[in-house]
This record gives sequence, C-alpha cells and structure tokens, in this order.
Amino acid sequence: MPLFILRRGLQALNVLFVMSLLVFAGVYAIGNPLDLLVDPNATQEDMARAAASLGLDQPLWVQYGRFLARALQGDLGDSFLHGAPALGLIVERLPATLELAVVAMLVAVLLGIPLGLWAGLRPDSLPGKTIMAGSILGFSLPTFWVGLMLIMVFAVQLGWLPAGGRGPTTDVLGVSTSLLTMEGWRHLLLPAANLALFKLSLIIRLTRSGTREALLQDYVKFARAKGLSNVRVVGVHVLKNILIPIVTVVGLEFGSLIAFSVVTESIFAWPGMGKLLLDSITQLDRPVVVAYLLLVVTLYVVINLTVDLLYAALDPRVRLAGARQ
Amino acid sequence: MSEATTLPAASPAEAEVERPLRRLVRAYAESRVALFGLALLLVIVLASLLAPWLAPQNPYDLMQLDVLDGRLPPGSASGDGRQTYLLGTDEQGRDMLSAILYGLRISVGVGVVATLLALAIGMALGLAAGYFGGRFDAILMRIADIQLSFPSILVAMILLALFGQGIDKIVIALVAAQWAYYARTTRGAALVERRKEYIEAARLLGLSTLRILFRHLLPNCLPPLIVVAALQVAAAIALEATLSFLGLGLPVTEPSLGLLIANGFQYLYSGRYWISVFPGVALLLTILAINLVADQLRDVLNPRLHGQ
Repeated sequence: MPLFILRRGLQALNVLFVMSLLVFAGVYAIGNPLDLLVDPNATQEDMARAAASLGLDQPLWVQYGRFLARALQGDLGDSFLHGAPALGLIVERLPATLELAVVAMLVAVLLGIPLGLWAGLRPDSLPGKTIMAGSILGFSLPTFWVGLMLIMVFAVQLGWLPAGGRGPTTDVLGVSTSLLTMEGWRHLLLPAANLALFKLSLIIRLTRSGTREALLQDYVKFARAKGLSNVRVVGVHVLKNILIPIVTVVGLEFGSLIAFSVVTESIFAWPGMGKLLLDSITQLDRPVVVAYLLLVVTLYVVINLTVDLLYAALDPRVRLAGARQ
Repeated sequence: MSEATTLPAASPAEAEVERPLRRLVRAYAESRVALFGLALLLVIVLASLLAPWLAPQNPYDLMQLDVLDGRLPPGSASGDGRQTYLLGTDEQGRDMLSAILYGLRISVGVGVVATLLALAIGMALGLAAGYFGGRFDAILMRIADIQLSFPSILVAMILLALFGQGIDKIVIALVAAQWAYYARTTRGAALVERRKEYIEAARLLGLSTLRILFRHLLPNCLPPLIVVAALQVAAAIALEATLSFLGLGLPVTEPSLGLLIANGFQYLYSGRYWISVFPGVALLLTILAINLVADQLRDVLNPRLHGQ
C-alpha cells in the first residue's frame, strides 16, 4: 500500500508539472505580455527596461523556473484588472462554487439512488420507463439550455424563485454561506438543480444497471430463500453492492461539477470562481486565467488521487493489479 | 411483427446468404424510435445544407432587415405585410426561422468537421499504438488517460482561453478535447484484431505495414469507431453551443445556435421567450436525433448481440 500511494502521488505531481508547463507556454510564450502591460507609445528603451524588470529578457527556461518558484509559494501573479493577487481573488470565490457543487451533488445522489433503484427493480413498469426516458433526456440536454428553461419557468413565468444572484450570505468561521437562510436556499435551488441534472441522470443509470445485475446474483437469491423481507434484500444486500461504483463516480464527477459550474454560474449570475474565469477570459486578465486553471487542475488531481486511494483501500484487487505492473 | 419473431429461428445457411449491409438495415429498422431519429436527422441535415434556399430571408443581409419589425412574437406579419415571421424576430427584426436555419448550418458544420478531424487523428494514433505496442503505445495511452480524466469542457476552455476566439480555434479545441476517445477505442479494437489470423496472413504475404494497417486492420476496427463517432458528433455540437453561449466559442460573425441562444438570453426576463427558446429547440432536436441514431447503431453493430 505505501508503494501504491507513493507511485500514484508521483504520477499526480507529474500531471501537475506538465500542466504548469503547458499553461506557462500558452500564456507567457504565445503573444507578448509587454504589449498588454506597456503603453504602446513607449520608446525602445522603455520597453527594454520594462522587459528587464519583469524578467522577460531572460531565456524561457529561466522565466519558467521563476514562474514555478513563485507558483510553489502560492504567488501566481497579480490580476491586471483588480491589482490584487490572482490566487486570492479566486480563493475568495471558492466557497460559493463549492457550496453550489456540494448541494448539486447531494441532490443528484439523494434523488438518483432511489430513482435508479426503482427503475432497476421494475424496469418494465411505467414509472421505471419514465425514469429512464428522463435520464436519457438529462444526458442529451445541454446544461446551459436547461438553466435557461429553469429561469424561464420558475423565475419569469411562475415567479416562485429568484432568477440569479446568491442572495444574503452568513459568515461561518470566516466562510460565507447561503445555506443558513431561507432566502439563500431560494437562490441556491435553481442553480443547484441545473448543475445536478447531468449527474442525476448518470447516477440513475448506474444504480439501475447495478441493481439489475445484483438481482440476478446468488447472494440475492439466497437472501430471498432465507425469507428476508424485500425491504431488507434491496436496502441492505443490493444497495451495499452497488454503492462502491457509485461512490467512485461521485468522487470523480465532483471535479467535473466544478468545471461545469462555469456554465451554471454564468447563467444564474452566481458569484463563484467560474464566473470570475469567464470575466477574466473576456477581459484578457491572464494571471487570473492561469491561476484558475492551475487551481482547478490541482483540485482535480487531488480528487482523482483521493478516489484512487480510497478505491484501493476498499477493493484489494486494484492494489494487486497495480503491484503486478 | 410475426415475421420479425420467426427470423432468428431461420436456418444458419439462410442467414449467411443475407448480405451484411441488408442485415444491418433490417436490424436498424426494428426500432421505430430509431427510425424516427433517423428521419429527424435527415431533415436537420437537409435543412442545414439547404439553409440559404429554405430560409425566408438572409438573416445577415442588413438590407433585408427592418428594425421596426424587432422583437415581434411568433406568427406576426412584417411591417410591410409581405411576409410572416413564423418564429418571431429578434431585436434587429431578424426572422428567427432564417437565423435558426443558418445557425444550424454552422453548428452542424463545426460539429461534423471537428468530429471527422478528431476521428482521423485519433484513429491513426490508436491504430499505430495498438499495432506496434511498446513505448509509443504506453506514452500515448498515458496522455489519453490523463486527458480523459478532465472533462472535455475544461480542456476546451483552457485552449480557447489561450488561443482566443474563432471558427478555426473552436475546431482545434473540439478536436483536442475529443481525439483521445477515438484513440482509445481504435487501440482497443486493434489490440484484439492484430492477433487474428488474417493479419498474420497479410504479414506473411509481405504486404507493407501501411497497407496492413489501413486496408486490413482498420476496416475491422470500424464498427465501434462508428458508434463512438456518432455519439461524439452530438457531444461536439453541444460543447460548441455551450462554449459559444459563454462567449468563448464562435465570434458574432459566425452565429451558431449557441450564440443565438445567448443573444436571446436577456429578453427571456421580459417574457420574449422565442428569441432564445426556438434556437434551443433546434439544438435539442439535433442532439436528440443524433443520440437516437447512435444508440440504435450501437445495438446493431454490437457483435455480442448478433449471435442471438
């Protein structure tokens, strides 16, 4: 096990290193940042001085080394627009995005597993078929389009819920959250439903196929032969066995929820880091873009690593396969 | 129906006489939903190919637009009474039906071109990796694994953030986000196929490697690739629409469906739903039709279901 952790850890570091190279190459080598930073009417000497003060006159690998050294200390440069450290700007908005992603994932799991069980236990019934048809739709519909429809129906036509914004937030231990007020929940509901839809469809499908497979297994037949009640067979024996793949997917998909929150945040004007990214891209605020990308990729790598390790801890076959390679 | 139920019981000799293509067509036609999807897809492809001739007006010829006709609800007549705006107009008095037909052309075009490019690149890399194996295979699959662990929207956003907007850039981003699916699928099929006797026979005949790869190995790897490609066209169209909606994809001079939806977004709040809803419905039907066809293709082309 320690060897496995070490190897996966090294792989994760490798990915981060490659990403930092790519992002550096893309942002600092393509196009000249001086054009953005220095007055276009500046003289040749002014340009040279600016380049020297920013370290842009050095060879690329020296620049990359400096970039890396600063990045490791958490300094990813200052935002051109806000004048504040880019990383700080993003971290400031991290709670809003995490809150949205966590609630969306909870919605997906808490609705998806029961619906998937239902569809798996009665695949030919009308509700079972309706659930599956719904999950196919959930896969086909683009997230942004569903968001628009939610706004149109629930905010504009019915007027039940606000169309955007985060509403009032309360500070808990320095982290702002909208989960403590009714108004906050009202603001959260539509964006969370929007973000949850795709994962909900995924979990329904996973649970359904897992249930159908599990029902054919000997241990289920044996449990039934023992005379256990239906509730106990499904609730304990079936559910336990389909939970492992679901836990894995939930873990892995959490990262993609954060990536997809860019779409939802922009539609519902949710003040998270996805919206910041979009604003920064359109306003050419490169340091913020770089900081966002590196942060999200790091988050991703950490999530993947955690899921891999958890999986190895839960399922010894994974470890053995890894050791044999 | 009775014919369909007796067919599987037909003698093996009879089944062999039937040509593969006819068998595929018959198997495909067994699902009515899939036939509906195919019909819908044909209509959409025709509509996007023939957009300039089908559309009541050229939505980007400013001479044909009348600002006084702006934001009319569906079914209203134009100010000069010469035409009816079946799906309403946008703020510049542009006929939404025409705008949707032109937008569909761009959306479908970008999706298809990006898919074909990604297919060609991924297929060639996957074939080589599966056939030769070794270090090339290991490195390529490592890269594909890493890339597939990130959602394609993130990959595409990174590239667009670096390179900026444009039709060529979005195609590059879509290709970069999707090549790995084809490389993986092709490699998987190639690994199975290359151990079979016909490949050995071809090698013993002294055929060139390129010939073996593309004339012998590739045709036998095609069925799973076709299914993946069909599903990925839908994914590419949806991804392009999302990116364009966010303002990262196509420039305003190439108004795809995503951009049309984004333009109508602000009018949604005032109840002028048609500017954004109808392009969305067009996008939805496109994605749905492709998915229906791809789902049935998957069943039809799956060799595991053939023997039954």
